[in-house]
Amino acid sequence: MSDIIFKLTGGVHPPQNKLQSIQRPIVQAAIPERLVIPMSQHIGPPSSPIVQVGDNVLKGQCIATAESFEGAYVHASTSGKVVAVEERPHNHASGMPALSIVIESDGRDEWQRMPVIENWQQVDRHELLQRIHEAGVIGMGGAGFPAASKMATDKPIHTLIMNGAECEPYITADQMLMTERADDMILACELMMHVLGADQTLFGIEDNKPAAISAIKAAHARRSNDAIKIVVIPTIYPSGGSKQLIQILTGREVPSGGHSSDLGIIMQNVATALAAYRAIVFGEASISRITTLTGEAIEEPQNIETLIGTPLIDILQQSRWQPQNADRIIIGGPMMGYTVTDTQLPVIKTTNCILVPTRAELPPPPPAQACIRCGLCADVCPASLLPQQLYWFSRAGEHDKLASHNLFDCIECGACSFSCPSNIPLVQYYRASKAEIRQARRDAVQAEHSKHRFEARQARLQRLEEEKIAQRAARAEAAKKRLEEANANASAVDPIQAAIERAAAKRASAAAPAAGNVDMVAKLEKRLTAAKIKLASAESAGSDKLVPLQEAVDKLAQQLADAQKQAGDKP
Amino acid sequence: MSFLNVTSPHAHGPLSTAKVMQLVLLATLPGIAALVGVFGAGVLVNVLIAAVASLACEAAILSLRGRPIGFYLKDYSALVTAVLLAVSLPPYTPWWVVVIGAVFAIGVAKQLYGGLGYNPFNPAMAAYVILLISLPVQMTQWGAPFLEQPVGLAEAAASNILQNIDAVTSATPLDALKQGLETISGKTGYIGGYGWEWVNAGFLLGGLFLLWRGIFSWHAPVSMLAALAVMAFLFPNEAHSRVDSVLFHLFSGASMFGAFFIITDPVSSATSNRGKLIFGGLIGALIYAIRHWGNYPDAVAFAVMLLNLAAPFIDQYTQPRTYGHGGTSS
Repeated sequence: MSDIIFKLTGGVHPPQNKLQSIQRPIVQAAIPERLVIPMSQHIGPPSSPIVQVGDNVLKGQCIATAESFEGAYVHASTSGKVVAVEERPHNHASGMPALSIVIESDGRDEWQRMPVIENWQQVDRHELLQRIHEAGVIGMGGAGFPAASKMATDKPIHTLIMNGAECEPYITADQMLMTERADDMILACELMMHVLGADQTLFGIEDNKPAAISAIKAAHARRSNDAIKIVVIPTIYPSGGSKQLIQILTGREVPSGGHSSDLGIIMQNVATALAAYRAIVFGEASISRITTLTGEAIEEPQNIETLIGTPLIDILQQSRWQPQNADRIIIGGPMMGYTVTDTQLPVIKTTNCILVPTRAELPPPPPAQACIRCGLCADVCPASLLPQQLYWFSRAGEHDKLASHNLFDCIECGACSFSCPSNIPLVQYYRASKAEIRQARRDAVQAEHSKHRFEARQARLQRLEEEKIAQRAARAEAAKKRLEEANANASAVDPIQAAIERAAAKRASAAAPAAGNVDMVAKLEKRLTAAKIKLASAESAGSDKLVPLQEAVDKLAQQLADAQKQAGDKP
Repeated sequence: MSFLNVTSPHAHGPLSTAKVMQLVLLATLPGIAALVGVFGAGVLVNVLIAAVASLACEAAILSLRGRPIGFYLKDYSALVTAVLLAVSLPPYTPWWVVVIGAVFAIGVAKQLYGGLGYNPFNPAMAAYVILLISLPVQMTQWGAPFLEQPVGLAEAAASNILQNIDAVTSATPLDALKQGLETISGKTGYIGGYGWEWVNAGFLLGGLFLLWRGIFSWHAPVSMLAALAVMAFLFPNEAHSRVDSVLFHLFSGASMFGAFFIITDPVSSATSNRGKLIFGGLIGALIYAIRHWGNYPDAVAFAVMLLNLAAPFIDQYTQPRTYGHGGTSS
């Protein structure tokens, strides 16, 4: 067993606070009366509902699908009736609502499992990937990246990394999962290796989880699979970041802007791997997860196996929370979690922890002081960035300097803000700057499009103009030709016939001369009025075309007078 | 029921700027004790005067700038500047010299540039340089070390404030060296000459304490001292063997004080570890160049100010390699 581990760059040691929530075994949450299941629990295009209000659904039944591996299938977490398909407040950092399917539970919790895939060792990887996709398995460590999409890479994969680091303080969901379901966890490793075609698994666990380590090691010994290596790593935040764990376990770095698959490595969180395993071996779609409830405002900190869509308030109450003592509700841990203010929000597939601290436990941030460039932030940055420089550039809005100092390699782990003696909310500045730069890039793309559109329009107008000129020339040419032909033919026309026609034409024109003249008068009057208006507006605008306009008006007036006279002459 | 809605991280480390400053103040104590032991209590009077003047000046300018006075005074940075300036002045400097220095350090070198975090120069060193070139007489009268009757606090106060006692002054070992006086090490058995190694040892001790507490990294001090040592070894004085020259320069003048208390000032120094190595190394080399070939006996303040100016430039070229940008970690 190789226990060679590499050092994490930077890192901090926030207080662990993990013991509170591992005193009890994992408990089952009660089935709620209503489940709100959002269509956007994963990273990727939202899932498309395939059920309607009034439909009866069974536990594990698919209620929304995805067209590609980038999306995720969604399933009913318990049996019951669909009562709404509409936008609902969503458990997400953005606070934006999401299309959700609301199910009223019938209390029977009746399963509809997918067909079990036995002997998966003999089954083609694509079939297994399809099953993992259809079971709605997404990254349960917090990111929510669709599992099948990550594993469906064309690049050759030699190593599976199981992420059991769980480096965030307070959170113990993975720890309890590894402790209580260690045998399944080793089997899940074997399944994942088969799906990926990987030769080995590096199973990384932080050394602050002795119970999980011994359980996993015992299960590993029972299974005695040499391709799986259990690697105990030192406790340091953020060892569980995917780039960081790869660095610790392999000494290699994921190229900036690239993926771990570029190195032949795929990483999965332990809960994700177990969900994929249960989908294949038991035919169970991803409809529940283990969530840590902890913080001093919770009287019974514990881990609860919760159905996806259960309102937070249900499991908060089941853990006997003290809302009067609660200062904030954090989804996730104290380093990267986001706060929510609505206790009706649902637990989703990525909700690994609900942390409800008291004010004394996690006091509100004190006012920021001046940056003294002490560099503690740079010492702890796992990406080897210069956070203090980024902070100055961010404040000054210097986007190009932010880019040249690799702002986009920041993983927003919060180590810099944590260690800043001046309490500067550094990560907040980086998030804001990243958003600004993304917006600026979008704007630039938009501007480029507009420019292209404008240029295309100019070119089209010019082409039309040229075509018009060409047509005009062609018409003139044709007219000239016709005239010449007519002249040429004139001599050939029968003079008698021509005389008859002329006489007929004369009769015809004599029949309606007055009407023609009246028409002409009306037309000229109109033109004269228009010309006068033009003249007036030119006068008021001080145009230099006054003289020709005046002449035109005079001419028109003369013509009108002539026409009127003619019309009068021949009534 | 309303809950706080804030962004991560929600946890915060134990260190605060005020705490950093307090630790720096604490770390100056061994050096100050050595100064008192060697030269008498004059430095304490300097510290007192500088502290009062600095805090008053800081408060006055903060109020002119419309900033909350208490909030900024509580960061202890003005006090640190005051102490760093006070210990670099001769122990029996007239009070008005100390006041001018403190007011210049806080008022001009710090606040006029925008306050804490914005000053390009180390305020204490800027003030020291101004005093040295404006008031060379007062600034070079160091007390004589190890007097038979040590100067007490009352006498020191009388000397500095009332200026009615002429303290016994003498040339520092670096002065003596410059002027070719026969007063240096070998003769007395002290490696830094006349008690100066005690002062330097005191600041070294305080510096090691700060290093242990993680207030700054080893890069700048080690680099500066190494560069100074290499220069002293390569170009020794006639009066010294190469090894003596190295020891003399490391333990004389403001070497240790500069290495651990001045060039580690984060605001005005280079940022990255590689940058700090260059920053410290160039200061060390420059200190020796000015001491050895220049006109001034000691040179920490000049060297530091010159490199303060170069710090942004050094930063530009010493950005550390970001994760995922080529190479592999070890």
